[in-house]
Amino acid sequence: MVSSGEWSAVDILEQHLAAIEAGDGAVHAFNLVTADLAREQAVEVDRKVAAGEDPGLLAGVPVALKDNLCTRGVPTTCSSRILEGWRPPYDATVVTRLREAGAVMVGKTNMDEFAMGSSTETSAFGPTRNPHDTSRVPGGSSGGSAAAVAAGFAPLALGSDTGGSIRQPAALCGVVGMKPTYGTVSRYGLVAFASSLDQIGPLATSVADAALLFDVIGGNDLLDSTSLHRPTPRALAVLDDGVDGLTVGVLSEFLDGAAPDVVARVHQAAEALAGAGARVEEVSVPEVAFGLSAYYLIAPGEASSNLARYDGVRYGLRVDAEDVAAMNTATRSAGFGAEVKRRIMLGTYVLSAGYMDAYYNQALRVRTRIIEGFTRAYHHCDVLLGPTAPTTAFALGAKVDDPLTMYLSDVCTIPSNLAGHPAISVPFGTGDDGLPVGVQLLGPALSEGTVLKVAAVVEAAAPPLAAPVLVEGTPT
Amino acid sequence: MKPGWEMVIGLEVHCELKTATKLFCGCPNMFGDEANTNVCPVCLGLPGSLPVLNQKAVELAMAIGTALNCEILPSTFHRKNYFYPDQAKDYQISQYDEPINVNGHLDLPDGSRVGIERAHMEEDTGKTSHAGSSGRIHGSDYSLVDYNRSGVPLVEIVSAPDMRSSAQARAYAGELRAVLVASGASDGKMEEGSMRVDANVSVRRSVDDPFGTRCEIKNLNSVRSLGRAIEYEADRQIALIEAGEVVVQQTRHWDEDAGRTVTLRSKEDAYDYRYFLEPDLVPLVPDAEWIDAVADTLGMMPAVRRARLVRLLEESGGASESQLDQVATVVDLRLDDLVVSAVAGGVSSGLALARTANEAANDADAARRLDPAAYLALLTMEAAGTVSATQAKAVLADLLVRGGGDPAAMAKAKGFEAMSEDSLASTVAEVVVAHPDEWGRYCEGGEKGDKLAGFFTGLVMKATRGQANGKAVATELQRLRGG
Repeated sequence: MVSSGEWSAVDILEQHLAAIEAGDGAVHAFNLVTADLAREQAVEVDRKVAAGEDPGLLAGVPVALKDNLCTRGVPTTCSSRILEGWRPPYDATVVTRLREAGAVMVGKTNMDEFAMGSSTETSAFGPTRNPHDTSRVPGGSSGGSAAAVAAGFAPLALGSDTGGSIRQPAALCGVVGMKPTYGTVSRYGLVAFASSLDQIGPLATSVADAALLFDVIGGNDLLDSTSLHRPTPRALAVLDDGVDGLTVGVLSEFLDGAAPDVVARVHQAAEALAGAGARVEEVSVPEVAFGLSAYYLIAPGEASSNLARYDGVRYGLRVDAEDVAAMNTATRSAGFGAEVKRRIMLGTYVLSAGYMDAYYNQALRVRTRIIEGFTRAYHHCDVLLGPTAPTTAFALGAKVDDPLTMYLSDVCTIPSNLAGHPAISVPFGTGDDGLPVGVQLLGPALSEGTVLKVAAVVEAAAPPLAAPVLVEGTPT
Repeated sequence: MKPGWEMVIGLEVHCELKTATKLFCGCPNMFGDEANTNVCPVCLGLPGSLPVLNQKAVELAMAIGTALNCEILPSTFHRKNYFYPDQAKDYQISQYDEPINVNGHLDLPDGSRVGIERAHMEEDTGKTSHAGSSGRIHGSDYSLVDYNRSGVPLVEIVSAPDMRSSAQARAYAGELRAVLVASGASDGKMEEGSMRVDANVSVRRSVDDPFGTRCEIKNLNSVRSLGRAIEYEADRQIALIEAGEVVVQQTRHWDEDAGRTVTLRSKEDAYDYRYFLEPDLVPLVPDAEWIDAVADTLGMMPAVRRARLVRLLEESGGASESQLDQVATVVDLRLDDLVVSAVAGGVSSGLALARTANEAANDADAARRLDPAAYLALLTMEAAGTVSATQAKAVLADLLVRGGGDPAAMAKAKGFEAMSEDSLASTVAEVVVAHPDEWGRYCEGGEKGDKLAGFFTGLVMKATRGQANGKAVATELQRLRGG
């Protein structure tokens, strides 16, 4: 629309800034709205269109960025006190690619502190609320990005997914969210939580928009050694190919722990796929049952090392004390929230001499078994289908003091991170409480094209979802 | 070393690689720049930054492995976790259980062989300086950290516990330094910290006993301190055992001024480094082609260079002890190519070696830049008697200053021309006439008499201000004596 000159990037931006102004008091999707920088970017897009230059694939499209993506000169907090005052001197690779594609970056979205959480309640800056019901959580950790898209603050957002942090909030907020194959999107400039699991991905109002955003941010990056050296397949190009002849496996282990109203939606989505020409069968991958346990050893282990650098010496918060070690302790005690401390301690423990083999190395062996289980399933299935989250959005405060119950929110999303495989959450009607349900499609490594075209069929068959109605002002 | 005891020594040597950029980022690898100017998000460990392995550093690590006769293997990187202000990420990326080089050896000039267990890659830390009187972290007012060195590529070379004396350990350090320099991998400067040596020392009463409990000594800033520290530490351990006490495994700090080692930390205080595979890097799997290409670019190692000179000496009758020392000096200073090219040009190996070890070595930097053709020409003139040894040395000094030139023209400009036979004969005759007593004793011959040849030669040299050819003088003296 912007490239054709139908709309100006500035007009589109102002509409979205107005929506944020009106509605974000109730939602708190953003840690920071970068209105001035966004206006500069929008003006530049309009100048390019007027001058007949190529304004890029995402010309004038407002995009919200999770606050763990580094933005040059713009505070990047990971929703943590410990990064107070820090402004990165560089852009994450995905941010550079968005700039080059003409996107307009409207702000940094709220998240669980250092992406550790499933409800955005561990943010040091207060929780984000679900736009469909502000007494409910938006999911997490990319709750701010999911809520921003659901509330119409931005049509596109980037999140990061270490154990379901894109897909679970997408499901709870009724938007599309995809975790791509590990290595397809550069992690350079993504503040690390668990490096072998972290992956940046798109949140959008439609499967097509998610595919477009993935096409823009994906592809090899020399600054990330784990970035794959292969031509990026254009996901958008295969979206309309349909599911005729494909085999969809309904993953029984994912149905086991899910609420009946969520399970019903998964079966309904399966029927829709069968109706569209796919062969649907039930599949079992028993290994995924061990995913949650393995994840809570591997992810904290890596996190304990990744988060060591927040020591008060170089940037962010410093709490002075009589010597360096005491300063480190005082800084970290004051700067990190309870969930982050819990995971650092857990991770330090599982890597310790004498315990490493029983915990961390054992978890790595489980990880290998999960990959083998998926590989077996993909011998006869093209994609797997299941719920994204076991329930719809839960109430604020309901699980925040019960970590183990909270961790169960990610039981269906974690296996894809352990395997490094792509997976997408697509809205599919509501639960008994009227809140959005997401169904999840999983595929083998680098099968984004297949996963997205199946997702497009599910999307087309999905019952309509009412747009959230936001009341101005802060929630009661 | 106290009789009845044997020491067992293993050395861990860290050497900085001579790359243009750091191990995981594009920052310059430069010593001595203004603090915190050669830094970027990666080597400052800023949130979100990721390491990318430097290909040249890998090649230099493989060059070291090749030079130390190691197997070069597929390898991985781990994180070594510990908090320290000069460590930007609060972990160090280092190779752990799968190092790039394993199972090598280094042959020392005395013929002994020291095993190399491994030579692995890792990143250097920044440098902390402590303000205040002590210069150490305890009691300082504040500390400053310079991250220019953060991420500089290192190779850590771990020897087997194969050394049995401080002299052998010093020889190992010296030879290893020469190998590192010869392979082009490092400057090998202990004083500047581009080569840092830690020593593991234990003692035992007999070669049949198992190894004793070892202590690791740090802060050894020269080969000399290495030797002193080992001697001190072995004596300390022997005294403990003889007093009925036990040696406690610990890390000790060498105090150069006090000439002793002091406890830094004991085994119980050792860090738990929580090593785990670095998830931000992928395994390093060099193929045979790459390994071969690195080996092909490797220059000759010092041991080979020494053997080459010894072979030249043996071809002309053998090498004396003092000549073996000259060989070591010449190779150590990397001047052996000068000797080899001079010998190839027809100069005797003894003369070429002596001039190089004794004179050229005085300004080795200049000598390494010297035009070998000019050097050959000069030595050829000296061998032919066109200039005397004294004159040759004077011309060589000039050659070194200028880096080359025509030695014949330089000799002429100095007024150095070979004396005619007539003029030499008359000078010798004058000297003989002026010293009738000495001449008489010389003519009597015998051991005492023959020694006076030197007396007369010296007088002739003095009279001719060094222009006379020593050999020609000797011949003339013998002719006058009548045999």
